[in-house]
Amino acid sequence: MTYHLTLSPSRLLRAALACLLAAGLAACSAPGADHQTGAPWDPHEERNRKIHKFNKGLDRSVLRPVSRGYSAFMPDDIEAAVSRFSFNLSIPQSVVNNILQGNMRGATEDTYRFVVNTTIGLGGFFDPATELNMPEATDTDFGETLHVWGVPEGAYVETPVFGPSTERDYAGRWVDLLTNPLRYALESPESYIPPAARLSSTLSQRGRYGDSIDALLYDSADSYAQARSLYLQNRRFKLGGTEGEAYVDPYEDPYGATYEDPYDDPYDE
Amino acid sequence: MTTPMTSDFTRRRLLGAGLAATTALALPLPALALNDASAKALIDKVVAEINRVIASGKSLGAMIQDFERIFARYADVNIIARSTLGADSRRASPAQMRAFTDTFRGYIARKYGKQFRQFVGGRIEVQGVRKVKSWHEVISTVYLRGEAPFEVRFLVSDRSGRDLFFDMLIEGVSLRLSERTEIGSMLDARRGNIDALIQDLQRAG
Repeated sequence: MTYHLTLSPSRLLRAALACLLAAGLAACSAPGADHQTGAPWDPHEERNRKIHKFNKGLDRSVLRPVSRGYSAFMPDDIEAAVSRFSFNLSIPQSVVNNILQGNMRGATEDTYRFVVNTTIGLGGFFDPATELNMPEATDTDFGETLHVWGVPEGAYVETPVFGPSTERDYAGRWVDLLTNPLRYALESPESYIPPAARLSSTLSQRGRYGDSIDALLYDSADSYAQARSLYLQNRRFKLGGTEGEAYVDPYEDPYGATYEDPYDDPYDE
Repeated sequence: MTTPMTSDFTRRRLLGAGLAATTALALPLPALALNDASAKALIDKVVAEINRVIASGKSLGAMIQDFERIFARYADVNIIARSTLGADSRRASPAQMRAFTDTFRGYIARKYGKQFRQFVGGRIEVQGVRKVKSWHEVISTVYLRGEAPFEVRFLVSDRSGRDLFFDMLIEGVSLRLSERTEIGSMLDARRGNIDALIQDLQRAG
């Protein structure tokens, strides 16, 4: 009889695991009082640098050559369509997170976008929502939900394969992976479609921004430090951009923590 | 010995003060203060020039030269260079600082000018402006072919004595802060030798 239930034991287990992970987030480390403002909080630097070296090797030996071949082989229009398809599949997850953040407007707008692009946009391969000037997708995740709930950023971590993250966002990534509604809606083999689309979208991006990524990884004096700086700036901007109050608190402020007026003290670290 | 020097100094200072007063009287005061409108006007000019470069269809080398000219004219290269060097700029000699600033300008032009390849067929539009702390932030959107538009903010200040932008934030990523990381790493690789850093910078970007 259990087969008729929508929640099978393994799914319940996954949901329970997700909750456990969320609870474990209290362990997000925080910088001490002696920590220099503006400098990245990176107590795991030694381990992170090893993983960065591994990721760089992976990029050099696999991702970069494969993405070049892929981009050269696939017509640009098809690549763009697959990327749109992959992004559309990520919207249900954003809707869940919008609800968890109490952003009902975002949840509604994202739902409309998903419905329009899945139907008129032929499964998401096209993007009529943007052409109809519908509100931009929120493109949120559980890391952002945790931010809204007041969980601190935690230390910087570089994760194998997926690259730069923070303790909070890395935990969020796992929760997103385990709670994605599509996982519950799709059975095998359809359930392999989203990750496959995501992989090809990643390859397209690596091909498309090839020069910029090459410059970051292979031309900068210290690619680890540069990647860390870019990730943290961009991530804080994304989180601050959706939450107006972030500009008030100097510690949450994307400028406040790292952004002083250079005319006040150009030497300031 | 001290008396002639003091009087000489005082005379010069008086002369200077007199000149400053005359200048202040001669200039309409509102023009001196930076406001939303003048900050936006500056970036409108920058954006118009950049759009012209993108549309010119010139070779990459020529585009980089154009970009260096725009950067030198509208950006406060001195403060950007000084702040990317950070605490180390305190021990740099004036000559080193000049050499570093000049080299830095060319390096930025090469590094960011290269990106113009992706900009072909695109355009930048100024959206709005707001006051943040002591500066004005001009928000613009970049439209590139076949890509979701993204945001670029220019931070404009008049604290150098002229209206100039002192940073550019692409989707929240600051040119000044990113280059501080980069220049810091380059200096570490040279064990803090500023002259060696300047030499490396001439080849980088």
